[in-house]
Amino acid sequence: MSLYFTKEHEWIRVDGDSATVGISDHAQEALGDIVFVEVPEAGRRVSKGREAAVVESVKAASDVYSPVSGEVTEGNQTLADDPSLVNSDPEGQGWFFKLKLDNPSELDGLMDEGAYREWIKTL
Amino acid sequence: MSEIDDSAILDKLPLDSWHRAHGGRMVPFAGYEMPVQYEGIIAEHLWTRENAGMFDVSHMGQLLIHGRSADAALERLMPGDFQFAADMKPKYSLLLDEDGGIIDDLMATRRGDDFYVVVNGATKHGDIDYMQRRLPEDVVIDYMRQQALLALQGPRAAEVLETIIPGVSELGFMQGGPFQWQGRTLWISRSGYTGEDGFEISVPAIAAETLADAIVAHELAKPIGLGARDSLRLEAGLPLYGHDLDTRTTPVMAGLTFAINKRRRAEGGFPGALRILAELDNGPAEKRVGFEIDGRQPVREGALVLDGEGNEVGTITSGGFSPSLQRPIAMGYVAAPFAEPGTALKLEQRGKLFDARVVPMPFVPHRYYRKEAKP
Repeated sequence: MSLYFTKEHEWIRVDGDSATVGISDHAQEALGDIVFVEVPEAGRRVSKGREAAVVESVKAASDVYSPVSGEVTEGNQTLADDPSLVNSDPEGQGWFFKLKLDNPSELDGLMDEGAYREWIKTL
Repeated sequence: MSEIDDSAILDKLPLDSWHRAHGGRMVPFAGYEMPVQYEGIIAEHLWTRENAGMFDVSHMGQLLIHGRSADAALERLMPGDFQFAADMKPKYSLLLDEDGGIIDDLMATRRGDDFYVVVNGATKHGDIDYMQRRLPEDVVIDYMRQQALLALQGPRAAEVLETIIPGVSELGFMQGGPFQWQGRTLWISRSGYTGEDGFEISVPAIAAETLADAIVAHELAKPIGLGARDSLRLEAGLPLYGHDLDTRTTPVMAGLTFAINKRRRAEGGFPGALRILAELDNGPAEKRVGFEIDGRQPVREGALVLDGEGNEVGTITSGGFSPSLQRPIAMGYVAAPFAEPGTALKLEQRGKLFDARVVPMPFVPHRYYRKEAKP
């Protein structure tokens, strides 16, 4: 399994042609208390760099973009009842959706974990 | 994820480094860098509802308006009763334009012949210009830029502040007075913007850090950011200038008619009196109302209000997630026929419809201090 990050602070954990997507610890920290999450349903097509989910903190609403194109296989329904999981465990139980990748070469432009953790220190 | 870029030139509050040292996350607001949160908006909000929260509101404009007949002069700009205003009693009032539109909302307190006036931060320079052009020459406005302003709010606020400034808990709700503290004069009123008991403390900027330290040294007091200030005032049903009030709204539309007493209604003589008195008689075309929204998703400023047939009948001017009620709430303006509590309406935000009902405000009951009746 490999973990990648986008410059928009989404993470994607890839296992073969399947992957799980969420937002980074840095992103949840910046958003503050999360009060609402809307995840895509199974079967929905998502495109690389296009909005796939919505996350709302007390202060503001933000779009979450899909790091790659593909078909959603599962949305994390737990977040509807407990959106604060994104604050408490953003890179674990606070995942947003799983998908089947169209084209694994879309991962090439993403940062690996080390590069991302270094990059956010510069922000 | 989307991001916001903000890069204007910003002023610093007297407590700027204090906020940073206490973990405040600074954001641009009203021309200043201000703390939006310390530990988190929801925790700070709930702390204030249960204990005591300290807010730095030094961005607000503190003015001293003086000169003989300042009271009569102020009545030509605002609908408040200043001539018969009792000493040391803060009054809520509104600076109005010629059409009765709201230029700002403010608190004005008579101190002898003078008036101590607190206006909003984002509007203070415009307010001063507007008033200076219209006040007679012998009425002078001093902008007290050397004063900081702290608020301590919550059911334990009196208990906390009494340990630092003995005697403050004797103040009644909407009563103010001077207090001596460490050789300086503080102006303290029992008032606030959260719906809770609490105080607003005008302190010389050079002493603000020492006072802030003394307050948060109490185990029941914590610093609270702008984020919780906004969610607290929304739950309390209190309008925020620039969002729920502006020059397109009048005091009657906004449901602030308590700020116009019987004498001023009878005599008029304030800007926009013709329109405002007609609205008082006949009802305004639109009214500010509260909304309870189904589901969990916040509906925010800018969302449209629709009737059952999809016609636009209003706009949301403030909205968010209520930490106390654990549900989304909002306020906005609707055409008068839709303003009755219980009216079912739809809200439209980013192409999505939400079921909502008009409800009375406040959303969370006010718990202002009431002196016990004397036996």
